[in-house]
Amino acid sequence: MNVKYMFSLIAVIVLFLLAYVGVEAAGLQILFGIVIPYVALLVFVIGFINRVIGWARSPVPFRIPSTCGQQKSLPWIKSEELDNPHTTMGVIARMFLEIVFFRSLFRNTKATLSDGPKISFNLEKWLWLGALAFHWSFLTVIVRHLRFFAEPVPFWVQLLEKVDGFFQIGVPGIFISGIVLLAAVFYLFLRRVIIPQVNYISLSQDFFPLFLIFGIAFSGILMRHFAKVDVTGAKELAMGLVSFHPIIPPGIGVIFYVHIFFVSVLLAYFPFSKLMHLGGIFMSPTRNLPGNTRAVRHINPWNYPVHTHTYEEYEEEFRGKMIEAGLPVEKE
Amino acid sequence: MSEEKKIYDKGKVLTGLILFVVILAFPFLYNSGKAAPAPDRILTEKAKAAKECIEPKAFMKSEHMQILNDWRGSVVRDGKRIYVSSSDKEFDMSLSNTCLDCHSNKADFCDKCHNYASVNPYCWDCHIDKPKENK
Ligand code: HEC
Ligand code: HEC
Ligand code: HEC
Ligand code: HEM
Repeated sequence: MNVKYMFSLIAVIVLFLLAYVGVEAAGLQILFGIVIPYVALLVFVIGFINRVIGWARSPVPFRIPSTCGQQKSLPWIKSEELDNPHTTMGVIARMFLEIVFFRSLFRNTKATLSDGPKISFNLEKWLWLGALAFHWSFLTVIVRHLRFFAEPVPFWVQLLEKVDGFFQIGVPGIFISGIVLLAAVFYLFLRRVIIPQVNYISLSQDFFPLFLIFGIAFSGILMRHFAKVDVTGAKELAMGLVSFHPIIPPGIGVIFYVHIFFVSVLLAYFPFSKLMHLGGIFMSPTRNLPGNTRAVRHINPWNYPVHTHTYEEYEEEFRGKMIEAGLPVEKE
Repeated sequence: MSEEKKIYDKGKVLTGLILFVVILAFPFLYNSGKAAPAPDRILTEKAKAAKECIEPKAFMKSEHMQILNDWRGSVVRDGKRIYVSSSDKEFDMSLSNTCLDCHSNKADFCDKCHNYASVNPYCWDCHIDKPKENK
């Protein structure tokens, strides 16, 4: 038992009960199906913009070269164009590959101490794989969900459904991305519990999004394959939200409200949490600045021109007092 | 420091934020405020005469694919072809001969509804969808 994850787990269970009891017993469909989603979306957008503007207000006076290769210097010294880009194009390429393939996670190593004592660094690819699986399946699920938010459904959403439902297992068929998503969050959770060092640095705010997303994926899969809901009604509700003609179709099934309540909580929580790395990655000085300190002079924006007080000025100011005290001066 | 806090790289940051908002707004822009209720389900004369489906309507709405899946298993694996509904009526477990007997207007009934939810059952690769022509 660990207080940090128990706290988050209990929080998610309470959220589940809120939505379940709220809809099933208290009949608060309008609250959970219309009001909370709209409020959550507003909080998400405004909070997100606010966070990013806040970061943009912090001056970054210097290049912070947390780089993995030789910086561009003399023409005959080979420089690393991707890992230490010195041009804007290079920075864009590095950023793109970072976001799409998580190159920095690929470098993850594990240090082990063996007899000797000898330290060795081994490649550790599981985090990279787990993170890739998680983020890509999450994106796929979200894009596929556009079928609930667009009428007519765009062809590229249907194309993605075809590819994702390739295995045609069961009726309705399973989507690979949904299952990968569930498995990947579970792995990311286990990792924080099982690896002692990672466990030690894990806080409840690391566990909470994992449980919440697990809850979202679990409730989604539940209503697709087990506790059926009226999907046509779900789409009518979703279309009502995005066309500003909100409606509550009768009898959708309570799991649906649990699902969108979890999603609403995730959206509203997002700007205040570590999940802001979605915006933060673009704002990271270590990633978005070209390493060109050898070529360009960077001037600190907040205290330029720098106020100096040279010895000559100092002596000018105190010459009389210095002579009085018998101190040597350069100019009489 | 009492200096007013300026936004650095304003152009780039604002471009990024506008992109973020436009992507989020995609569903709102795409539908441009048009309400899109589910299509009307048109019943055939035969279905109207029957008054109700094999199970209550609300149940059919969310569970009809499950029923079909169970029927398929029952017929193909166990050879049992008779379905007794919750209201004690008997039906032949058949996609084309039972469902499409009452709902012979597949294009107006099943398909319209499926298009709305973007489901595309592959059943019709094998099963005939116009049983009348077959008879
Ligand atoms: C009220 C609208 C509606 C009507 C009418 C309707 N369906 Fe469906 N059907 C759906 C929805 C929504 C799904 C997808 C459910 C899901 O994704 O969980 C579905 C799924 C299915 C599936 C599973 C498809 C898959 O691959 O996932 C089959 C098979 C199916 N319907 C057959 C039929 C037949 C046959 C008819 C006509 C007799 C019919 N349906 C009429 C809404 C409808
Ligand atoms: C005896 C004729 C009959 C048969 C057989 C039949 N249906 Fe129906 N079905 C109806 C009627 C009548 C309704 C409308 C019920 C109502 O409005 O209360 C209906 C409604 C439905 C609905 C709900 C539509 C809506 O408006 O939400 C679905 C889905 C459906 N049927 C699918 C099927 C499937 C799948 C089968 C085969 C497993 C089937 N039906 C077999 C007569 C039939
Ligand atoms: C590869 C071809 C194929 C596909 C695709 C297919 N079926 Fe079948 N299905 C069959 C065959 C063959 C039988 C056996 C027919 C029999 O014994 O009467 C059958 C039987 C059935 C039966 C019972 C008998 C009958 O007359 O309907 C049902 C119900 C059924 N399938 C439903 C479905 C559904 C729902 C889908 C789509 C999710 C589907 N099938 C997709 C080939 C197929
Ligand atoms: C963070 C965003 C969301 C995630 C990660 C998510 C995840 C999932 C998953 C994994 C499934 C299982 C089926 C599948 O893989 O598609 C699912 C199903 C479903 N989701 Fe979501 N969901 C999200 C947001 C929403 C929203 C906002 C709605 C509101 C309409 C919604 C409505 C549904 C419905 C109706 C189903 C059942 C689909 C079916 O039965 O075919 N989801 N969700």
